[in-house]
Amino acid sequence: MAVLLTKESKVICQGFTGAQGTFHSERAIDYNTNIVGGVTPEKGGTKHLNVPVFNTVAEAKKKTGCNASGVFVPPPFAADAILEAVEAELDLVVCITDGIPTSDMQRVKREMKGCKTRLVGPNCPGVLTPGIGKIGIIPGHICKPGRIGVVSRSGTLSYESAVQTSELGQSTIIGIGGDPVNGTNFVDALELFLDDEETDGIVLIGEIGGTAEIDGAEFIKSWSGKTKKPVAAFVAGAAAPKGRKLGHAGAIVNSGAETADAKKEALKSAGVTVADTITSIGDAMRKAMKI
Amino acid sequence: MDIHEYQAKQLLSKFGVNIPPGEVVYQTHEAENIVSWLNEDKIVVKAQVHAGGRGKAGGIKVCSGDEEVVKTVDKMIGMKIITPQTLESGKTVRRVYLEKGYDIQKELYLCITVDRETGGNTIIYSRKGGVNIEEVSEKTPDEIHNMKIAPGSDLLTHHARTIVYNLGLKGAVAKKAQKNILSIYKAFVSLDAAMIEINPFAVTKNEDVVILDCKASFDDNALYRQRVVAEMKDENEYDPLELEAARHDLNYVKLDGNIGLMVNGAGLSMATMDIIKYYGGEAANFMDVAGAATPERVAAAFKLIYKDPDVQGILINIFGGMMRCNDIATGLVNASKEVGLNKPLVVRLEGTNVDMGKEILINSGFPIKPVDTMEQAAQDVVKMVKENR
Repeated sequence: MAVLLTKESKVICQGFTGAQGTFHSERAIDYNTNIVGGVTPEKGGTKHLNVPVFNTVAEAKKKTGCNASGVFVPPPFAADAILEAVEAELDLVVCITDGIPTSDMQRVKREMKGCKTRLVGPNCPGVLTPGIGKIGIIPGHICKPGRIGVVSRSGTLSYESAVQTSELGQSTIIGIGGDPVNGTNFVDALELFLDDEETDGIVLIGEIGGTAEIDGAEFIKSWSGKTKKPVAAFVAGAAAPKGRKLGHAGAIVNSGAETADAKKEALKSAGVTVADTITSIGDAMRKAMKI
Repeated sequence: MDIHEYQAKQLLSKFGVNIPPGEVVYQTHEAENIVSWLNEDKIVVKAQVHAGGRGKAGGIKVCSGDEEVVKTVDKMIGMKIITPQTLESGKTVRRVYLEKGYDIQKELYLCITVDRETGGNTIIYSRKGGVNIEEVSEKTPDEIHNMKIAPGSDLLTHHARTIVYNLGLKGAVAKKAQKNILSIYKAFVSLDAAMIEINPFAVTKNEDVVILDCKASFDDNALYRQRVVAEMKDENEYDPLELEAARHDLNYVKLDGNIGLMVNGAGLSMATMDIIKYYGGEAANFMDVAGAATPERVAAAFKLIYKDPDVQGILINIFGGMMRCNDIATGLVNASKEVGLNKPLVVRLEGTNVDMGKEILINSGFPIKPVDTMEQAAQDVVKMVKENR
């Protein structure tokens, strides 16, 4: 079985009838994702894309038994939408929305402390399990069923990684997003993949800013589970000037530990095969797997 | 979004933070009135630009006597400040802040920012404040303390008390510092700040606590609900191309190199900068055509990069995903016609209808080279720019 999004997942979309929600839900349905309904306040009782629309997540859960949600709600309301899904006790909430205020996400983090829901994102491309389905905006046609787990802060770099590992295929692709305060981090994703019987190798794509990659490296070093798995990594932003923000809200170098070089070193010392450029991440994965 | 020191101080004073009396001037003659209004023996004249390291670049002068102040202001307005945090061309001083100078007993350091490890905020502080704080953090990291506040939680009195004790303050001074720290934190949260750095956080000879320099930046995503802060934006501090990019919702940062970049996705854009550097070139900009790479957005982004006089060659790297490459190619060719393209342009497209897209580029009659891989694209553009010189 793959991670996060499996055959058992029943998925809803929050912000279902909006332009983004509609466009990407159509793609997800084309990809055979088990979309059982959607939520748009005031539109409950209608149908959209041939599935029912509900006013609240709680109602959607009661009627459809959904356990996962993709959030496509605009930034000022997205934190509230996440917390609505958390209170409805869904297993998985994937928030695609880009531009949520940091303090809103801090509030989400506080409310989610100790709760069972897993949040992926925000500001992320989502989760895709080839052959099973997708929540988010990762293009389905570039992914192939297989045994490589991909975890990435950047959306487009996860696509590059999928294309370069085509002949091996992927178990699941997880975009954790580029925001400074988010749900699932590298350590969480690594743990899922290391425990997953259908994942043989892991691609990790990081970038400058924060210390999530260093934490990931420490985690790999200290992993004492029954199986060790080869990991290949790339860290974007080696050419980025210090102190200037580049796109992703998280991508700014403030201290020595947050540079691409420091992160690459930490990953190397944990036994990870590090690619010099993003174009060699596929080769790095094959090298790490000795194929 | 960044704001000027004097604006940050104005905001903080509304939360009860103790700031020195001062006033901003745009022209020399304005300084004459301010000097007599301030009526201080010692006045500090400070260039207002969005860049750290101002002091070492000649942007801060301590003056005594009205005449010296006015002369200094006159020299400072229009001068270029070049620091490690600016482009090589530096930043022009358009506003100067005059404020009361103090006799200082201690220079401390205090900074509040978001802690990505915990998702909460963190207060970084040190007894060794002042212009060499970066050196302190490198050579004696033990001198830098950290107070982490849980996500969404308040800074409590006992937190502030711990900070002032670790800063080595006692008695009345400790009380004053504690009150200021609580106020600064309150401002940070209420204003959706991303960072507030006070350096130095000073104790004067008269046992007063005052913030002498202050840098503040704010969460762009929250500006829609922070109108007072949003209105403090100084457009002169941004590169004109960056402002134009913002109007088109393009994510653009001007850099020092000569290869113009247009990429979709922040991560891919950084990775493209990296691979150009790997092959010996340097990017003239970071550019993320955020959102859907539609032909219209691609054309707008292309024209913007083309305008930059530093750009000697362009690399376009689009991972189409949902987009059709033939549409993107058509957008590019139309934009090339508009600008009369005569700089080398290397294009790597990935996605649906790649072959149709390439065909359109090849038959355009412009010097456009479509390539299959990002690697090839980087190698080609670096080579072409070098040969063109």
